[in-house]
Amino acid sequence: MPENKTDLKETTREEMAYEPYTIAMGPQHPATHGVLKLDLELDGETILDCKPTVGFLHRGVEKLAENMSYAQTLPLTDRLDYIASMANNVAYSIAVEKLLGIEVPLRAKYIRTIVMEMARLTGHLLWLATHALDIGAMTVFLYCFRERENLLDMFEEICGARLTTSYTCIGGVRQDVTGHFLESLYSFTEDFPSKIAEYETLIDKNRIWLKRTQGVGVVSAEDAVSLGLTGPTLRGSGVEYDVRKHMPYDAYPYVDFEVPVGSKGDVYDRYRCRMEEMHQSNSIIRQCIEALPKGPIRAPDAPDLVMPYARQKRVVADATFASGVIKLMEDTEHFIEGDVYVSAEVPKGELGFYFVSDGRGVPYRMHIRSPSYIHIGALPFLCKGQMVADVIAIIGSVDVVLGECDR
Amino acid sequence: MELLWILIKIIIVFTVVMIHVMYATYFERKVIGHMQVRMGPMRVGWHGVLQPIADGIKAFFKEDIIPTAADKKVFYAAPLICLISALSAVAVIPFFETFAIANINIGLLYIFAMSSLASYGVVLAGWSSNSKYSFLGGLRSSAQVISYEIAMGLSLVGVMMLAGSLNLSDIVHAQMQSSYKIYLIPQIIGFFVFVVAMFAETNRTPFDLPEAESELVAGYCTEYSGMRFALFFMAEYIGMIVMSCLAVICFLGGWSGPFEVPGIPFFWFILKAYFFIFLYYWVRATLPRYRYDQLMALGWKVLIPLALFNILLTGTIKSLIG
Repeated sequence: MPENKTDLKETTREEMAYEPYTIAMGPQHPATHGVLKLDLELDGETILDCKPTVGFLHRGVEKLAENMSYAQTLPLTDRLDYIASMANNVAYSIAVEKLLGIEVPLRAKYIRTIVMEMARLTGHLLWLATHALDIGAMTVFLYCFRERENLLDMFEEICGARLTTSYTCIGGVRQDVTGHFLESLYSFTEDFPSKIAEYETLIDKNRIWLKRTQGVGVVSAEDAVSLGLTGPTLRGSGVEYDVRKHMPYDAYPYVDFEVPVGSKGDVYDRYRCRMEEMHQSNSIIRQCIEALPKGPIRAPDAPDLVMPYARQKRVVADATFASGVIKLMEDTEHFIEGDVYVSAEVPKGELGFYFVSDGRGVPYRMHIRSPSYIHIGALPFLCKGQMVADVIAIIGSVDVVLGECDR
Repeated sequence: MELLWILIKIIIVFTVVMIHVMYATYFERKVIGHMQVRMGPMRVGWHGVLQPIADGIKAFFKEDIIPTAADKKVFYAAPLICLISALSAVAVIPFFETFAIANINIGLLYIFAMSSLASYGVVLAGWSSNSKYSFLGGLRSSAQVISYEIAMGLSLVGVMMLAGSLNLSDIVHAQMQSSYKIYLIPQIIGFFVFVVAMFAETNRTPFDLPEAESELVAGYCTEYSGMRFALFFMAEYIGMIVMSCLAVICFLGGWSGPFEVPGIPFFWFILKAYFFIFLYYWVRATLPRYRYDQLMALGWKVLIPLALFNILLTGTIKSLIG
């Protein structure tokens, strides 16, 4: 480089030859899906080493949860994987319900399954959009957003919010779904498979797409398991593990669906897995709408956690909001001591919540097992020996979101 | 007097080309917009027709940022090299029967020379920015241009053999006198190689590796802003127009058409050229991007052998018939 002419004279030719070219990809980079930083060491365009740095979006959700009642933490889960916040809401709710020993009414279970699968569709659509854009197919990006927009509009209809939904509550869901919502969702599911076919016409058999994805970022089944990969990223390697099948929650035991698996474990197989999963999600939504039972949407024995201050209002009529919440946090009659780990299959993989409770109304410790964090940990393994352009394809194929990783 | 006439011609062509460049950006946004179920620019003027002017004003008044570590002289020169070499190539293009600024006998070679020079601008921009992404973009560009320049040159050898001239007007005349009227049919392999190389030569999708925005941020022009960036942008579009014109002249019979349009001698030329420009947009909206090594493999293992085979075939047929 021109400015460093004097520096160059001091190093010998041999030293220069072996000095790797380092490049900081991120935290501001158009294709790292957020504020992920990768320190790459390059030999030409081949990756010698890749060091991911995370934490640029750290907001301390886990620590914040220790100072809030269980219901108050729920809106924070919207901010984990903000692409599919419904799925986080459901995962959080089932974890707290297990801690409290609450059985959710059947209708709420079905509604939750519907919104969870809708969240999976929004997550996968955004994944496909950005993954295709990273590899250069820009039209797929806008086609995906067209359908995602429909889904977000439906979210708005059931809970008033498009992204930060906070729709579920401990013991059920916040609001019942309307007939109009179910009708529009059902008609959406009728069209959606043809829309998937439309994306596939652009990329599925495209020679350039196949060249860019096949044989890139290969991870064997053993390695995938030992790296802790979950979700479609794991299933692309041929491991049939899905929380919805193996530890079913909500209405998943009552619906019929398949778990698509890949074989080679490359970027293309992970892409195919997610595309098939969209078909499965579509079918799950249809089955749930058809079988949606009537009944209550909130468990009767759930503590009044829906609006934390409502119950306190009854107790202390003149209490301020803050003092009411503090009273609820000190509440020891509903919560038992112990710890619990519950996971759910969110679009990115297995999202787990681990609570340690000391019997009060706030968790002693909450840990979030976020799939994105663990998938980023696998990036050095996947990227070594690949080229710069492949790093982008690999980041896309492991599907990370930094809001969930840094939490 | 003759000098004045040439000067007037230059000004006319320059203005026309610049207006086309401005509206090529507008059409690109509109065409790709409609392909992607959106509207494209809609705000400035009726259906956004004044958008290019607004963009121009914006680029002109933006702060001109030069990185402190940049090699300033080269940094200044790089976009100018790109733009001037791209514009110079327009000089030899015959837009209709009697109109070319310079009707020189080595027109084809001259265009090659100018388009190769433009890549110096890209390489120097990548080098002088003193930024790692720019540097990688510049390196990619030099490798790409070397590989695809060869394929492109070889693909046109067939045309030269059939026409027996490097003069662009003579190539068109030779086509008009040939039995097919256009060289697309006898030179179909050459045409295929040329079109692929044309995309690579102008750094357009699927070969837009030097400025691959998802990998290299913006490649060689990462550190450029304001008007300097706009100069690169213009150079790219002029390059597209030149390559489209070259394709029209060498393979689609230039200004000749099925019938004469009275009063508009360049009607067919513009129509055919815009077909290629539309092709650029269409491909951009459809295809993903190649990887660097795959691009090299395609260039050296597929296109160059194909172009060589085309030369052999053309020579054989020509010697058998003629």
